[in-house]
Amino acid sequence: MSDLNKLGLAEARDALRKGETTSVALTEACLSEIDGAGALNAFVHNTPDLALEQAKAADARMSADAPSLNGLPLGIKDLFCTKGVASQAASRILEGFKPQYESTVTQNLFDAGAVMLGKLNMDEFAMGSSNETSVYGDAVNPWKIDDRKLTPGGSSGGSAAAVAADLCLAATGTDTGGSIRQPAALTGITGIKPTYGRCSRWGIIAFASSLDQAGPMTKSVRDAAIMLEAMCGHDPKDSTSVDLAVPDFEAALTGDIKGKKIGIPREYRMDGMPQEIEDLWAKGREMMQDAGAELVDISLPHTKYALPTYYVIAPAEASSNLARYDGVRFGHRAKLDQGDGITEMYEKTRAEGFGDEVQRRVMVGTYVLSAGFYDAYYNRARKVRTLIKKDFEDVFAQGIDGILTPATPSAAFGLGEMADADPVQMYLNDVFTVTVNLAGLPGISVPAGLDANGLPLGLQLIGRPWEESDLLNLAYALEDRAGFVAKPSKWW
Amino acid sequence: MLDLTFEPPKPKVISGAKQDWELVIGMEVHAQVSTRAKLFSGASTQFGAEPNSNVAFVDAGMPGMLPVINEECVAQAVRTGLGLKAEINLMSAFDRKNYFYPDLPQGYQISQLYHPIVGEGEVLVELGTDKDGTHRARRVRIERIHLEQDAGKSIHDMDPAMSFVDLNRTGVALMEIVSRPDIRSPEEAAAYIAKLRQIMLYLGTCDGNMQNGNLRADVNVSICQPGQYEKYMETQDFSHLGTRCEIKNMNSMRFIQQAIMVEAERQIRIVEGGGQVEQETRLYDPDKGETRSMRSKEEAHDYRYFPDPDLLPLEIEQAWVDDIAAGLPELPDAKKARFMGDFGLADYDASVLTADLASAAYFEEVAKGRDGKTAANWVINELFGRLNRDEKSITDSPVSPAQLGGIIDLIAKGDISGKIAKDLFEIVYTEGGDPAQIVEERGMKQVTDTGAIEKAVDEIIAANPAQVEKAKENPKLAGWFVGQVMKATGGKANPKAVNEIVAKKLAG
Repeated sequence: MSDLNKLGLAEARDALRKGETTSVALTEACLSEIDGAGALNAFVHNTPDLALEQAKAADARMSADAPSLNGLPLGIKDLFCTKGVASQAASRILEGFKPQYESTVTQNLFDAGAVMLGKLNMDEFAMGSSNETSVYGDAVNPWKIDDRKLTPGGSSGGSAAAVAADLCLAATGTDTGGSIRQPAALTGITGIKPTYGRCSRWGIIAFASSLDQAGPMTKSVRDAAIMLEAMCGHDPKDSTSVDLAVPDFEAALTGDIKGKKIGIPREYRMDGMPQEIEDLWAKGREMMQDAGAELVDISLPHTKYALPTYYVIAPAEASSNLARYDGVRFGHRAKLDQGDGITEMYEKTRAEGFGDEVQRRVMVGTYVLSAGFYDAYYNRARKVRTLIKKDFEDVFAQGIDGILTPATPSAAFGLGEMADADPVQMYLNDVFTVTVNLAGLPGISVPAGLDANGLPLGLQLIGRPWEESDLLNLAYALEDRAGFVAKPSKWW
Repeated sequence: MLDLTFEPPKPKVISGAKQDWELVIGMEVHAQVSTRAKLFSGASTQFGAEPNSNVAFVDAGMPGMLPVINEECVAQAVRTGLGLKAEINLMSAFDRKNYFYPDLPQGYQISQLYHPIVGEGEVLVELGTDKDGTHRARRVRIERIHLEQDAGKSIHDMDPAMSFVDLNRTGVALMEIVSRPDIRSPEEAAAYIAKLRQIMLYLGTCDGNMQNGNLRADVNVSICQPGQYEKYMETQDFSHLGTRCEIKNMNSMRFIQQAIMVEAERQIRIVEGGGQVEQETRLYDPDKGETRSMRSKEEAHDYRYFPDPDLLPLEIEQAWVDDIAAGLPELPDAKKARFMGDFGLADYDASVLTADLASAAYFEEVAKGRDGKTAANWVINELFGRLNRDEKSITDSPVSPAQLGGIIDLIAKGDISGKIAKDLFEIVYTEGGDPAQIVEERGMKQVTDTGAIEKAVDEIIAANPAQVEKAKENPKLAGWFVGQVMKATGGKANPKAVNEIVAKKLAG
């Protein structure tokens, strides 16, 4: 077999089980692609020795009933703590940090036989929508317009670029406000954020604890189903992890969505939305209808408050979650001057260790939690969050099975193009995705078309809580109708 | 039941240069929860381990680590709440208190600001009996008890240039027991802590070790003009009271009392000098006998409390609380009442014997089937006295309850006199052995054979005619004969019998 790195999880799994190839061959193919893809700056810590060791072990236990991901090489977002392997959330402040523990999600993947190729680029502490806040430098989208280098989106930009460029079969991502779905959409791949509590957060470096969820970024909906099933499950080490049986997600992919009610939220039709996004959404509606679903106009009235709510709650939690990066125990510590005390150590360490966007959010978060502002910002935001959640509960109570929206307000934009923009312009990238995090719902981005420049665009489906099976099946039907097969032409 | 009629004690009045002032005190007591593991990690809570050896990843604030509540800590807080007759909140929640310090690795302490696990309760603080027999006691209202993490320890005196941090204590569960400002004197403050300590020791929820810092208090002190406190109590409006200062982290009863007085006097000087007391946090320096400002209200940390998103609200079931309630031991107040009722003990004796569980259990075993008051006398006067001399605690007593009971039985049977019994006690205390056997073997048995006593009396009368003449004129001198007889019999003669025979012979 050639171009093994281009396989998806399902194809590679089947090939391995049939003995048509080996995990070592798959792994070597990926490692070689990674070596040649420095220009994408997707992989930031490579672990070839570990990968080959895992691949050999996988080959040794290969059989028809080997675990679901046996021998399949993956990339892991730098936000996951991986034992003995640099895990620094793309931040200078975690320079040199190698955890002595393995995150539950990566452990689950390894238990399912997966092979880790290395760690993937991302926005610093998952704060960003363009992978431009990383200490490793920008990750680059394999899709390109002429010579203009584009963002792969963020924060899981390295994961998206790596999967889209076939550097690995699939990758882990995390999604706090859209960090799986937005980059998936901008790179033409599939990404699902499961219901909050499906995946354990233990060992994932926290950004905003009440919003963070891990999920797979893959080349197909089937792959997403296979990988999500391996990632999730109850974890007693995470109090917010739910004790629910994990369904057989892949078995749910029948493609039969006849009679399913798909909500089309009127509030997602934004002023100034590019026509091609509008058109893509219209095409998506037709595809769902064509597959047998019934379209229903719905209203999610508090949608317009979602972005400001998110940008109060997420920074508030982040300001507290990031307090532990103080230079005392691990990571970066600033060189101190004679006479400097503990306050100077904190100030200098954190000023040097955190990038601008992280500092901005820590300051915003600190502000909204401060005495005198707490009720006006943080508490108000919590109340609005409850209303946003209720919007969804109401439409689901009316019998809606899934909600179809655009995944992003635009295709990939050029790296550096937003450098001088108001940060809020960047935050607008999450406008269609943050509601899902605030409500704790599962959401999936499926590549559904190309824009006028030939760049991929995605559609988002939002499901009922804990019903990822149904959501994946809806996405499977959409994927089938969309028939998206375009790949970026290799320039790197 | 215990006679619960008591009067509240008079508040401490301090005479300033211009007028009298009263004290108002409220306390936040931090009690380390007795459990094997920390509040949110499986690390051990054992005291005295090698620095940084009882530290889980989450205690060290490692990236991605998450807290998981330890059920036993919750049970202990509920137990303590029930022991303080407090409301148990079936729904509580944890909040983050954010501040930077090297011994606080997460950069926040997980605590319960908005929804504590235990609500309002009360503690009856007894303060003895006046000369006229009036019992003095204060009901101190408990506002709340919440669970929180302890911080680690910063060590600044091991190196001239560096500080060290020991995280062993980081994340250990504390109960913060917050009182209303119902305490009115330094003595009451000490008695309040002593009572809390006693209750928690009974419950097994805190080891009460103040020296190790397992029980410590922040003391809020303010002063007010006489009459103002009553207005506060009527309205619960704090504006009737003076501005309070909080004296942090006190772990000695003696220093707490000193600090309260020193702080009150400082506030009086300010107010009488025309100034205003500023609300602030202060530290007591026992060497200099003064309190010092730690941080003023302006410098006070803004802790940015918010609900901890890593933890779900803590929901407990009434049935679980009921189970814990059903398993509670008899508490000090009830035990004392029972000792007074069942054994006829005086208030003081009952207090002494119920001060701790081991003493109470010892006493009960001695008193079983015997006269309670006699048992109390022996336990308190002889046993405790002897143990105190050796600086031993009741649990190290060389005399078992059975042995002490045996001694009391020998007195009751008339086998030995009270005086001989004390000698016997000393033998049992130092050498051990069965009291009855010792009495038998060493011939300590009391002589009740009147013939033998008569013979001894006759001999002494015969040998001392001059004394006999004097005694006939002055019957009080009979005691001399009694003494001589006792001496002659080696103290074994039954004193009652000797008295009677001597009186009869002298009269005859």
